[in-house]
Amino acid sequence: MAWAGKILRVNLTEGTCASEPLNMEWAHAYLGQRGLATKYLVEEIDPKVDPLAPENKLIMATGPLTGTSASTAGRYSVITKGALTGAIACSNSGGFFGNEMKNAGWDMIIFEGKSPKPVYLMVENDNATLCDASAHWGTSVWDTEEAIKANHGDPMIRVASIGVSGEKGVKFACVVNDMHRAAGRSGVGTVMGSKNLKAVALRGTLGVKVKDAKRFLGASAAAKQVLADNPVTGQGLPAMGTQVLMNVINETGGLPTRNHREVQFEGANDIGAEAMAVVRESDGKANLVTNAACFGCTIACGRISQIDREHFSVVERPQYQMASGGLEYEAAWALGAATGVNDLEALTFANFVCNEQGIDPITFGATIGAAMEMFEDGVLTEEQTGMSLKFGDAKALCDLALLTGTGEGFGAEIGLGSKRLTEKYGRPELSMGVKGQEFPAYDGRGIQGIGLAYATSNRGACHLRGYTIASEVFGIPVKTDPLDSDGKPALVKAFQDATAAVDSSGLCVFTTFAWTLEDFAPQIDAACEGDWTAERLLDIGERIWNLERNFNNAAGFTAADDNLPERLLKDAAKTGPAEGKVSALATMLPEYYELRGWTPDGVPTNETLSRLGL
Amino acid sequence: MQIMLKLYAGLTPFLPAGAVNNQIAIEVAENTTINTVLDARGCPRKMCHLVMQNGFHVPPGERDARVLKEGDALAAWPPIAGG
Repeated sequence: MAWAGKILRVNLTEGTCASEPLNMEWAHAYLGQRGLATKYLVEEIDPKVDPLAPENKLIMATGPLTGTSASTAGRYSVITKGALTGAIACSNSGGFFGNEMKNAGWDMIIFEGKSPKPVYLMVENDNATLCDASAHWGTSVWDTEEAIKANHGDPMIRVASIGVSGEKGVKFACVVNDMHRAAGRSGVGTVMGSKNLKAVALRGTLGVKVKDAKRFLGASAAAKQVLADNPVTGQGLPAMGTQVLMNVINETGGLPTRNHREVQFEGANDIGAEAMAVVRESDGKANLVTNAACFGCTIACGRISQIDREHFSVVERPQYQMASGGLEYEAAWALGAATGVNDLEALTFANFVCNEQGIDPITFGATIGAAMEMFEDGVLTEEQTGMSLKFGDAKALCDLALLTGTGEGFGAEIGLGSKRLTEKYGRPELSMGVKGQEFPAYDGRGIQGIGLAYATSNRGACHLRGYTIASEVFGIPVKTDPLDSDGKPALVKAFQDATAAVDSSGLCVFTTFAWTLEDFAPQIDAACEGDWTAERLLDIGERIWNLERNFNNAAGFTAADDNLPERLLKDAAKTGPAEGKVSALATMLPEYYELRGWTPDGVPTNETLSRLGL
Repeated sequence: MQIMLKLYAGLTPFLPAGAVNNQIAIEVAENTTINTVLDARGCPRKMCHLVMQNGFHVPPGERDARVLKEGDALAAWPPIAGG
């Protein structure tokens, strides 16, 4: 119950699709989605495999509550060994695709091998077929989705696909579903492209069964009421979206600016939520058209935007003049503050292109920031880049979004990501990330806990693996001082473990601004066989965290990779509340290892593994 | 003395006329407290969730007593989150 109980295994080398039963013992130990798919992956691949080799596998996975009537029940994840990082990768997406997969009767789809020619997978409930995708190879996510729906004469088909970037090996290609929802980070789309898999198309009409329907409806309705009554999930997020953070984080002195050279951006107010609502003089409209919700979501934080038709980025490109997926905070930061660009319309254009061609806007923007610093330092020349590339250049940002999306010109170099790009030009210290993945939108000097969360994140630098910002800035569940490193190792561990469970449920992590695991447990308990409590969910989260860690250790990562760039450890913040401060990682990390039950070298002890059943 | 008042998100309507980029320099008397300024603008206390003085968080219990100084930045938000 809740789980469909079936896996679709697609061997791309052989061109076969086969159904197999879900391992229910693992489902009870790892729940679903992130946890359960990671268990399958680590059991089935060599941790040292080249991420782009046919021997790597790629799993699309739902959680037990995906497709149910619970709020935010549209989530699915893409799990693989990441092309950007070489670490475990798990990228989570909303939209409607996950719901469709579950309603077609599948908990997950495992892709193995490599197709000899471009294909897409078409699934209609029990029927799965690999179709020729040669007509779609070389086309964008947007065109692919439209064409596949036309191929089958069904506009209700849900599609997840890669853009040209994923075909060309851009290291941070996404898998984009429903036009502008993305499994965005770590290069999961690059792995999909390496398998000659252009898209997955789904149509599901089977429904999802739960253990106790009456109790489940009661539990999910009560949880929805908690979301509605909470001022953040009931009012703040639908009205302002995540972009409300731009001015908050800037005021806090934790907004990384111009490749982390500074921690406050003078243009923050030009690119945040308030700016998106300002009516433009040119056309009498605001950048923000409306908010939007994913499947079953009662929060609706999504943004739909329209670019000023007179703006240089679209004036001769009518295909970008429509309303489409607008800026979320992380994208706006990376495309804006990280590059010093304060042109909201240019950022929106770059974001549209990231959606259209399937590139992660966080890594893209951060890599542009690193390239701009190298350009200003004279390491890169206009001859090499084909354009002036100074901080704040909105046109360069837009041009490079187009070039990177299709892997052309200097865009192919940006497509390496900042780690490989800066190494290539002899300035590795200018890559702002961990384990090869670029930081998101918070500075570890001004917000100490998130620095530790970045350093220890299993998929490389990431805010979503342990979002301590909730506590350190917003006061959820309790306010802690962002400048104080005391107590942060325990805070990071608590967030990491709880989030791993949430990411395995089929629901959205944004519910945790109002819910605790005590709100998840009754819903899971009413839907799934067995007895489910908040304590059990937390245990599962810790098990997942250690499973991922073990994979990374076996892949060759060590404690030395739980590190931050020297800029955050030695160059003090120049302004704001954190002026004079660097990250206290060196004092936080040993305490974190101890709390985790790991050796001083960051390896889970036998006692810890035994306690977690690993 | 002058301070910089910054009100964001759902508190934006409580800014005085003439505010640009959600902020405006205002005149306040010496020894004015944070809550005196926010109350004078009509900001409901329930909506003043996140309040910062020069970027440093000021807990609700300290806002009645915390005195502003010349040149301070006072910023406030209703309950917000994101990520």
